[in-house]
Amino acid sequence: MKEEEERPHVLVVDDSLIDRKIMEKLFTNSACKVTTAESGQKALELLGQGEDKHTHMNKGPKINLVVTDYCMPGMTGYDLLRKVKESSDIKEIPVIVVSSENVPTRIEKCLEEGAQEFILKPLKQSDVKKLRCHMQFRRSIKGRLCIGA
Amino acid sequence: MASVTQLQRQFIEYTTSLYKEGYLDDQFTQLQKLQDESNPDFVVEVVSLFFEDSEKLLNNLATALQQKVVDYKQVDSHVHQFKGSSSSIGAQRVTNMCVHFRNFCEEKNLEGCLQCLQQAKHEYILVRNKLEALFRLEQQILQAGGSIPMME
Repeated sequence: MKEEEERPHVLVVDDSLIDRKIMEKLFTNSACKVTTAESGQKALELLGQGEDKHTHMNKGPKINLVVTDYCMPGMTGYDLLRKVKESSDIKEIPVIVVSSENVPTRIEKCLEEGAQEFILKPLKQSDVKKLRCHMQFRRSIKGRLCIGA
Repeated sequence: MASVTQLQRQFIEYTTSLYKEGYLDDQFTQLQKLQDESNPDFVVEVVSLFFEDSEKLLNNLATALQQKVVDYKQVDSHVHQFKGSSSSIGAQRVTNMCVHFRNFCEEKNLEGCLQCLQQAKHEYILVRNKLEALFRLEQQILQAGGSIPMME
């Protein structure tokens, strides 16, 4: 049980089941714990920012990294990014935006809004290995855990 | 009854041809690399999801293009999804077809869209048949006691 808590916890947000499944495997293969969400709304709930955020004492699991698809119906990845960065309690969580489309203005917009990185889909194992450095992973020591490739 | 070695050779030749002919690209290799003892059916599971998803999308596309007033935004949204899922599993020819399809959506060109739908369906059926054949070969190798050769 203790070992479970020691792994970085990644929240993968994507409306595509196929992509959720692939990203989940990419991250678990990199020794991360993964939770998936099919929408920005679900993601916010898992981040403790749901409707009942003020009454709900338990803020949910500690997430070290959010990886979100850009193109999603309803709340886009960009919308989710903004909500995370605007929130007082979760704005520190690094957010990675992934997209199948290489649109420079889109990339700029996301980076300006505070996305840690913008990566083109489909993701590879090597992309994920590099991302481990971004995770805010606190054991007993404060600060970021940077694992080399 | 073919020997394990013969089956393995067949597998390598078949896989190589799929890449050469552009049916599959590097992303499929990436998926195979993700498969391990903890998830020995990963590739088949993901590809099965792709098959289910694709059939739904192709039906939705046919319906959307049959409407009296075609909603090209809706059509484009389906094609975008199809492009995404095919790209995620490395079904390169399907993905390429989706790119053309999206261009016709943008132009609101019904004729072009209908043609692309037919072609996308055709490419999908081809890659589906080839992947199913590949999986059958894998099963044969495993049942004969052999291991699946790693493709680089």
